[in-house]
Amino acid sequence: MIATASVLDVRNLSVDYMTSRGAVRAVDSVSLEVAKGEFLGIVGESGCGKSTLLFAIARLLSPPAEIASGSVLFKGRDMVTLGETELRHIRWHDYSVVMQSAMNALNPVMTIGAQLKDAIEAHDNMPAQRVRARSEEVMRLVGIDPLHLKSYPHQLSGGMRQRAMIAMALVFTPELVIMDEPTSALDVVAQRSLMLQIKELQRRIGFAAVFVTHDMSLVSHFSDRLAVMYAGQVVEIGATRMMFEDPKHPYTKGLMQSFPSISGPKQRLVGIAGSPPDLLRPPSGCRFHPRCPSVMTRCLTEEPPLYVRPDALVKCHLYSDDA
Amino acid sequence: MTPEKPLLLETSGLTKHFRLGGIFSKRILHAVDDVVLTVGEQEIVALVGESGSGKSTIARLIAGVYKPTGGEIFFRGRPLSQMRNRSEVLEYRGRVPMVFQDPYGSLSPMYRVSHGVLRALKLHRPTLDKAARVQVAAELFESVGLAPGAEFLGKYPYELSGGQRQRVGFAQALACNPELILADEPVSMLDVSVRIGILNLMATLRRELRVSFLYITHDIASARYVADRLVVMYAGKIAESGPVEDVLAHPKHPYTQLLLSAVPDPRAPVSLPATSSVAEPPRVVDPGEGCRFRQRCPYAIEECALVTPRLRTLRPEHKAACHVAVSEMEAAIPAGERAATSR
Repeated sequence: MIATASVLDVRNLSVDYMTSRGAVRAVDSVSLEVAKGEFLGIVGESGCGKSTLLFAIARLLSPPAEIASGSVLFKGRDMVTLGETELRHIRWHDYSVVMQSAMNALNPVMTIGAQLKDAIEAHDNMPAQRVRARSEEVMRLVGIDPLHLKSYPHQLSGGMRQRAMIAMALVFTPELVIMDEPTSALDVVAQRSLMLQIKELQRRIGFAAVFVTHDMSLVSHFSDRLAVMYAGQVVEIGATRMMFEDPKHPYTKGLMQSFPSISGPKQRLVGIAGSPPDLLRPPSGCRFHPRCPSVMTRCLTEEPPLYVRPDALVKCHLYSDDA
Repeated sequence: MTPEKPLLLETSGLTKHFRLGGIFSKRILHAVDDVVLTVGEQEIVALVGESGSGKSTIARLIAGVYKPTGGEIFFRGRPLSQMRNRSEVLEYRGRVPMVFQDPYGSLSPMYRVSHGVLRALKLHRPTLDKAARVQVAAELFESVGLAPGAEFLGKYPYELSGGQRQRVGFAQALACNPELILADEPVSMLDVSVRIGILNLMATLRRELRVSFLYITHDIASARYVADRLVVMYAGKIAESGPVEDVLAHPKHPYTQLLLSAVPDPRAPVSLPATSSVAEPPRVVDPGEGCRFRQRCPYAIEECALVTPRLRTLRPEHKAACHVAVSEMEAAIPAGERAATSR
């Protein structure tokens, strides 16, 4: 059984997209654990499978995507085998999801209040008065005047809309909040303010967060641990600070070499040569080998496992025990 | 501007207003107000600001997509509004091409990627015959890192990655022998691992082909990486401008300071400053007088609501439009006294 401290335990999860050209494995045997109250960042480039992974964890996948194998243990129950009715009981109560674009996720012709009410009533029987009281409460929680319950999404700014989404995710005080790039549509100042607020709410309410982003530097000050995904696989996972100080996987190193900084000496960066692979025909062996600066012969044929290092798990032969 | 670099482009009082709503509407959106911008030869100027700050409107004004409501754009000293015939306009557009934000939307999926480059060559270098155009196009592709060029010419957009498509965009811009390339968020749609390659390409083109860039971005870190000068826009006006390193080390405008404190920087020590400013940029509809940042500004004084601040030189080559910012040009005067005398 899983350790009591972990809220979420993903084991060897694989997700396939059924296309006319065959099954595309978008998530390839990913294993992750999220402890109670932990903030886990998942970073990777577009198409690396990070959003698909989130959707699979939340059981929100729809065809042509389907879970091929693996399990998602949430508070000890395997979500993959749960039926729709059982899912409805734990969805939103125990875990909730904040989508990337609030502009698309919110209904433009319903007020924020009506949408909150909708979400509450879909998952619980609450008298109207309590629904209103709770709606006002969560709006205050995220720093929006409850007056805006009567507002339509277009009357709110981008940051407020995104905070309204977070308010909606918190109505039942879930143990896990899954966030898919909630700040990507915002300007830096609003983004910073939202991140600070998420962190503050997390400290007060104590939910665990899985936060997906393509921007490593964004989560650098906020996440406890970081998982780096490449071509559908987790290639490195470890404490955030450690990863920034001492990145191990050549891909992680490359990512670090891709961000210019606004402080420190100005240095020439190189990024990573080439571009992410086509998952219909993933490279043999290690999927990063065609772009890897430290590629060895065994990388072409032999897929590395996640090697256990003292401070991280690394999917790279450079860290094998006999290397 | 640095004196040794001759001016390429200069705007004076550049203004663009859009009328909102129906034809009888009196509400005016001030997209760009009174912007004075210069780009020298072989210089990379970064225009940074939040969405809605007017930075893309400036690019479109310079590209001639919009007609300015007021002010003038000078290219090598010649005002744009004086260009009368088609050949003059064509000549200017060749000298000042644009690279677009979205490499997925800016190439037609129906044509080979050589299409845009070959057309630009046909239009802007009519002396070349067909074989020469293909030859030049292949060379251009190689100069932007698409090698072998002859092979890439025959590909369709779907065969290229986002980064490669954006390189095609640069090849198209280079086809007209440009002097100034307007690059509007050229990397924001690209994967993080390939962005730096495009920034490096801009630096190489500047060095080897001696082109200037107006690099429009919301990402200050990338602006620092490639640009010589930084121009910070806020709500349609220039808040601050100066040499990149000087602006970053000594930000004078409170907005620049806020912006810099918000940039996520993993190399900075872990700290969570309490500057959780909730306010967001205003929509600049009929703004009236006064500083447009005053509602968000922690240092706002009475004067800020009454008088629109003008750009003042506060450090060598470094200007900011703020009543409160203290000039270091006359460092001998103590801060308190200066604020008193400036009123």
